[in-house]
Amino acid sequence: MTAPALEVQHLNRSFGALQVARDINLTLERGARRALIGPNGAGKTTLVNLINGALAPSSGRVLLYGEDITRLSQAGRARRGIARTFQINQLFRGLPVLENICLAIGERSGECNNLWRPAGSRRAVIDEALDHLDSLRLVEDALKLVRELPYGRQRLVEIAIALAQKPRVLLLDEPAAGVPSSESHLILDVVASLDPDIAILIIEHDMDVVFRFARQITVLVAGAVFTQGTPAQIAADESVRAVYLGQEGQTQHG
Amino acid sequence: MAVSDAAPAPGAVSASASAPRARALEFMGRRHRFHLAEALPWILMIAVYFLFPDRVTFGTQVLIAIMFTLSLDLILGYAGIVTLGHAAFFGIGAYTVALLSARLHWGEPISALVAGALIAALAGFISGWFLLRYRGLTLLMLTLATAILVQELGNYRSDITGGYDGVPGMEIWPLLGLFENDLFGRTYYIYVAVLLLLIFYVIRRIVYSPFGQALTGIRENVRRMHAIGSPVHRRLVASYTLAAAIAGAAGALFAQSTAYATLGVFDFDNSAKVMVMLILGGAGRLYGAFVGAPIYMILEDNLAKLSPAFWQFGIGLLLVLTVLFARRGLLGIAEDASRYFKRKP
Amino acid sequence: MPQSIAALVSILFDGLAYAMVLFIISVGLSITMGLMGFVNLAHGAFAMAGGYLVVSLTRSWGIGFVPSLALAFVAVGAVSVLFERTLYARLYKAGELDQVLLTIGLAFMAIAAYTYFYGPSPQTVSLPSFLTGQIDIGVRTVPTYRAFIILVGAVLIAMLWYGFERTNIGAKIRAAVDNRRMAQSVGIDVDRLFTLTFALGSGLAALGGGLAIQTFGLTPSFAVLYLVFFLIIVSVGGLGSLKGTLVASILLGVFDIGGKYLYAEAGGFFIYALTVLILLIKPAGLYGRE
Repeated sequence: MTAPALEVQHLNRSFGALQVARDINLTLERGARRALIGPNGAGKTTLVNLINGALAPSSGRVLLYGEDITRLSQAGRARRGIARTFQINQLFRGLPVLENICLAIGERSGECNNLWRPAGSRRAVIDEALDHLDSLRLVEDALKLVRELPYGRQRLVEIAIALAQKPRVLLLDEPAAGVPSSESHLILDVVASLDPDIAILIIEHDMDVVFRFARQITVLVAGAVFTQGTPAQIAADESVRAVYLGQEGQTQHG
Repeated sequence: MAVSDAAPAPGAVSASASAPRARALEFMGRRHRFHLAEALPWILMIAVYFLFPDRVTFGTQVLIAIMFTLSLDLILGYAGIVTLGHAAFFGIGAYTVALLSARLHWGEPISALVAGALIAALAGFISGWFLLRYRGLTLLMLTLATAILVQELGNYRSDITGGYDGVPGMEIWPLLGLFENDLFGRTYYIYVAVLLLLIFYVIRRIVYSPFGQALTGIRENVRRMHAIGSPVHRRLVASYTLAAAIAGAAGALFAQSTAYATLGVFDFDNSAKVMVMLILGGAGRLYGAFVGAPIYMILEDNLAKLSPAFWQFGIGLLLVLTVLFARRGLLGIAEDASRYFKRKP
Repeated sequence: MPQSIAALVSILFDGLAYAMVLFIISVGLSITMGLMGFVNLAHGAFAMAGGYLVVSLTRSWGIGFVPSLALAFVAVGAVSVLFERTLYARLYKAGELDQVLLTIGLAFMAIAAYTYFYGPSPQTVSLPSFLTGQIDIGVRTVPTYRAFIILVGAVLIAMLWYGFERTNIGAKIRAAVDNRRMAQSVGIDVDRLFTLTFALGSGLAALGGGLAIQTFGLTPSFAVLYLVFFLIIVSVGGLGSLKGTLVASILLGVFDIGGKYLYAEAGGFFIYALTVLILLIKPAGLYGRE
């Protein structure tokens, strides 16, 4: 039996007295489509940070196709095949869109260790970058600086960078956040048509998106896994609704 | 490299995307090619040699300042490393030459230059490996303290280094056994100019290489670089080492051309000076050093003699105004101006 | 009394006096950097301005030394607000390079101006008679002036501690140092708080500069000469920490005096080496955050 794409075992993380991750266990199979939902402050982004290495756990393990990557740095995990998008875009705003993608490809392929050949002559890298942009309909903007693009398109560039890493596991942190509703379908179409072999974990608040996209859902509350299941199971689960809407009709903030 | 397997976006027609695609390819392919305007600084350099034969010694110092500033541009302008101690590497290069000559009686210039650059590179590698794990105030303080440490070390063993009075008994042998540095400094001008050309060529290639792209990426968004798998620390140390080598070379040339070295080369004043020269010209633009260093040196040569206090006040004021209004330096202003004029019909 | 004990007491006492001056000047820098993250390399210039103001007030206006200190505190504190509002405020969002360059520029301008108006020679100030001579502190006699400095320092420390730990404003400052965004979201006007802290810090620096005339000596280079020490104290102590600034000041003061006493040739080597070591192990300083 082959190992699952991603396995999180008994992951804990505290900041002094504050525990932000409690005994989290989670598995992503190859080609998984799992949504991570939960009220604000539940620790969803923290979990993504723990998985991709931006944050080190207090205890627990993270395994990528059976390989223990808990001790690896963020960059090390990225090179092993974990890519992520950030809730707030982390792009190279002063550089052209194309160069943003070329950098991701360059670091992945080791091109960036080359101090001598001009980056502009690396035809294969540029072609691949343009292909990625093509699949996201961003080729028109290839030479524009990222900061000149409307936010929705910047969000697409954020995803393009992650895809350019040719990841085995992709962590999407609210990919459509901040995008005007007229443009959010662009993002969601992209997410829906991603390579079926990539294991995807997506943090999302919009339940329509969650139910359309996910085959599995994990509900995180106060840093711990509240429940997991298929969309149908989660939709039918009263306790999940209660956790989201609060008790006695109190509405959730944010 | 295999084409990615990303599924085509619904409705995309590859033919209609080929025009912007071709444009993008052309842009990337042309960026690193030499433009005609790039010959300008070198033409000026040659012109100065013939037009101002009595100022050639000063010209050599300007070339050395350009080299020093270029080294800072690599780490500050491209990698975004803010350091207050870059003069340390200049000083190490200068003192390698000085001590080789005065203490070990080895005055061969080219080998001493290489030695100076290598030792400075070693210092850069070791200090960079430790210090570049940090940013912000911590890095500022570490670089400042390390530079002062080196200076204090030199002061402590002033029996060897000659302290602030300078290294006595320096003697530089003729270049290639043939060319003495004559009274007008013509030999050295050519020597430094040739080296500057070589070093600049190397830096230019690095800046346009994928490695250079990665440095820019680290400067623009280090968080993102970590997330895409960039070995950020390694890249920073590599660029720091290289910059240290070039600064060391500049220092070595300084000691050779003046046949003099004092501990004053390590002063914070020097680290501040080279930063001013870079910012004045424009950091991260490759040619900022060629604009900022000469202008600064010429102003200093003319104004500092008139009144040191006014000169210092002027430099301070220039800094304040540059930071507030001309942050991207003179080249940045030139860029803005050319863009403005291109827009007008 | 045995020679070595006498020497030790001397070192400790002198070191403490030295440390107090450093503390009084540096504390403002630590709090403002902890609050706004603004690298202010012109802080030494404010101290220097205070020193020169005290010189002028005592010499040309016949005002006593101690009242001059108080006046310098108020005057420089007030003028610093002008700088903060017109220049510094524009760079709060900018990177540390911009802040470094701007404030170095200001420091250079200050040094040049003071060189022009006062000349490059060291200044002296005539101390009132009750501050001259020696005083018996029990184990031995020590210079009265140094004892005065230690006393002033102790009083200021007590006042600052009280202000920080026991007042409303102090609590707000501590909150904003801890987490600026959080503090803003609960309604604390961080910008106004910063202006206040900046004025207070610059005023204290000026007061320290006045005390420093007879301790470190006052020349126009004072602004950058001792800046390194202030920066070391602030970074080693930890930004925004009163205790950290004090501990670092004492360490620096005692080690510097002790070093000069015991091992003169090594100069400041030991201090810088210690700084590098501490920062490598605790990059946020001994009492810094994160």
